[in-house]
Amino acid sequence: MTDTVRTSAPSAAAARHLRRRRARDGRFRYYGLTAIFVALGALAVLVLTIGTQAFSAATYNVVRYEVTLDPAVIAPEGANRPADISRNVEGFYGLVRDNLLKTFPEAEADRVSRRELSDFVTRLAVLPTARLVANNPELVGSTITLTAPLNDDLDLYLKGQGVRERKIKAGAVSSVQGGQDGTFLLSGTGAFEAVVAGLAVASVDRAEDAGQPDVLLTAGVSTGRLSDIDAGSARMELLTGRAQDFAQARATARIILSAESERTISDRQIAWVLALREMGRVDRVPRWTLLTNSDSTYPELAGGLAAIVGSLLTMLITALVAMPIGILAAVYLEEFAPRNRLTEFIEVNINNLAAVPSIVFGLLGAALYINFLGMPRSAPLVGGLVLALMTFPVVIIASRAALKAVPPSVRSGALAVGASQMQTVFHHVVPLAAPGILTGAILGMARALGETAPLLLIGMVAFVGDVPRSPADESTVMPVLIFSWSNNAERAWEPLTSAMIIILLAFLLVMNGLVVFLRRKYERRW
Amino acid sequence: MDTTQGTPAMMDDTLTLPRSADGAQRIDCRNIKVFYGQAQAIHDVSMSFPDRAVTALIGPSGCGKSTFLRCLNRMNDTIENCRVEGEILMDGENINDEDVDPVLLRSRVGMVFQKPNPFPKSIYDNIAYGPRIHGLANGREDLDAIVEKSLRRAGLWEEVKDRLTAPGTSLSGGQQQRLCIARAIAVQPEVILMDEPCSALDPIATARIEELIDDLRSRYCIVIVTHSMQQAARVSQRTAFFHLGNLVELGDTNQIFTNPREKRTEDYITGRFG
Ligand SMILES: Nc1ncnc2c1ncn2[C@@H]1O[C@H](COP(=O)(O)OP(=O)(O)OP(=O)(O)O)[C@@H](O)[C@H]1O
Ligand SMILES: [Mg+2]
Repeated sequence: MTDTVRTSAPSAAAARHLRRRRARDGRFRYYGLTAIFVALGALAVLVLTIGTQAFSAATYNVVRYEVTLDPAVIAPEGANRPADISRNVEGFYGLVRDNLLKTFPEAEADRVSRRELSDFVTRLAVLPTARLVANNPELVGSTITLTAPLNDDLDLYLKGQGVRERKIKAGAVSSVQGGQDGTFLLSGTGAFEAVVAGLAVASVDRAEDAGQPDVLLTAGVSTGRLSDIDAGSARMELLTGRAQDFAQARATARIILSAESERTISDRQIAWVLALREMGRVDRVPRWTLLTNSDSTYPELAGGLAAIVGSLLTMLITALVAMPIGILAAVYLEEFAPRNRLTEFIEVNINNLAAVPSIVFGLLGAALYINFLGMPRSAPLVGGLVLALMTFPVVIIASRAALKAVPPSVRSGALAVGASQMQTVFHHVVPLAAPGILTGAILGMARALGETAPLLLIGMVAFVGDVPRSPADESTVMPVLIFSWSNNAERAWEPLTSAMIIILLAFLLVMNGLVVFLRRKYERRW
Repeated sequence: MDTTQGTPAMMDDTLTLPRSADGAQRIDCRNIKVFYGQAQAIHDVSMSFPDRAVTALIGPSGCGKSTFLRCLNRMNDTIENCRVEGEILMDGENINDEDVDPVLLRSRVGMVFQKPNPFPKSIYDNIAYGPRIHGLANGREDLDAIVEKSLRRAGLWEEVKDRLTAPGTSLSGGQQQRLCIARAIAVQPEVILMDEPCSALDPIATARIEELIDDLRSRYCIVIVTHSMQQAARVSQRTAFFHLGNLVELGDTNQIFTNPREKRTEDYITGRFG
């Protein structure tokens, strides 16, 4: 802006006016940039928070168990048909539990620790293996590697999210002496100096009444709980493994900041899961089950398949109903209807309909389809019809805009060679408006795909463990699943919810991509 | 195929002389009044259009030339709140009658617009569309023949014969306008209406269209609206001067331009208003 106007000396007033105008220009540009940055920033924060959460749910820890498929357990006499085998969850679960007990015999000691160990796997986690064996009966009697996801709390712990802990390298322990009460005395010069220092720091962070934090010491597959810690020695209660493992070894100490009673996992479970990992039996693998499993009460087994299929079925119904009705209504209103009071009234009401809050459509759907017409509750059929009600005003408005954008010269050209009005509309106008119409329709569908509120009202929020096979089956949809998962209290649902959100966003992205593609491909100049 | 429907066959392409006012009239308009809502755009115009001759409609902007032209193929029907009164006789039949199908009428009375408006389809389909919907062609070969003949008559064949599948909109403005003329010819009309067909074209393209109009004159009744006095003088045999919705003067083009009877006509063609 240095090249001020020199051509003619402007009057003072004109110069002032010019300056003000330039300033206005500059300010406007600045506001625009700010607005864009705010919007982009918000988007980045959203994607980052949801993305990082979802990322942790994209993989999970599974444990491998070598089990021998004992026919007596898996296919006992009289219950050895494939259907029986696949239903024999208890038998397979027993094999897994026995395997764990064999690995950690100390858990046999009391009922509490037996339960803690069997918590590692949920019963239903063996179902895929049961089905596999049912389909391949020749496997019975052989030894197979059964893979099952780790309990969600332990999974979170291994991901470093469940329990706040501080890891500290301990010094070398020179001697391990067994005491009478089953504890061991570990000593070594300066072996626990770092641990003592860490505890001092930890106690600052903690509330007054929280008591001493637990300190676990791990060497190889063995883990013990420390007490009476000072710089050179500590007393250890062995949780798993052998005390000798600590001799001459540099062990890792974990200061666990929350007390055992406040946690969902016990010290012993931590010890075991660390041991399993040390044995190389834990793998962190991509969580495909998010797409292949249906909803479950156990986060490690939960997936979105039923909801995805439900969403697709719902969208199918919505598309089948809303698109033809919306497009035909738009074509009629725009191309054929006379302009009079009645059509004006209809027009105004269509615009109003598009602005009605979606929950109202849910109420309408519940009253009309379910109570009056007696359609099944919670079904994609009803959900699709409700969403169609909501979508078709949007389709009408978008389609009319697209039809309006077709230049009148195309219409008069066709009419002038003797095309009837209907031929003009369907041979020329609608094909030209098609990309715009489809764009509007897809955007309307995308909005419907993300809709939650009206579907809650027609009961699509019910827990659905099975993939719906037809639009009349009980079902849920992705956004409602996200809603229900986000209501679950357990910590593990949080990343799962984010992952589901990402899947939903991916679907929306595909639809919007389709819109861009259609525009690019069929946009024409005339 | 070489002759237009409803007229006696006349195979010679020689220039037919303009007919006198009492010669064979293609269209006869009686007491035409056109209203847009309450406003009257055309006041009681009676005139006729001779066959095998070009009639030019001239007059200042907004005087109702286009409105009057649109009466002749009932394109005014497509305009909301436009009402036409009076009789327009073609072959002794009033085309404003209720029972005349405007769709059929428009296949007999073709129209070319100010701005070239080819369909956003291929060149071939632009021409073939009319014959197709009217069922004028029996099979593909017949249609090909119609397309070729129409393009030849419009003087466009040599330029586009190798790219009939290219979009019509890819042609130059002048080519597009000739494509539109070919499109109008393809449905074998008896009358061709042209509303300022050259106003969007450069002088060379204009000259080509004028040549074309001159050629087409031997077969059709042509009505052309133009703002160019020179054009009217060059292509037309008869000229009608409109002013404020009234037909001020109608006569042989020579007479209008050399010896107008009305003062207003003279003022207009000498450029004193308009
Ligand atoms: N669709 C319409 N609705 C209302 N009034 C119209 C409409 N079309 C034309 N008119 C009016 O009718 C009168 C004649 O218009 P018309 O278009 O026939 O003029 P014209 O002679 O063709 O002008 P030009 O040379 O500028 O094309 C004008 O006063 C115009 O305002
Ligand atoms: Mg005009």
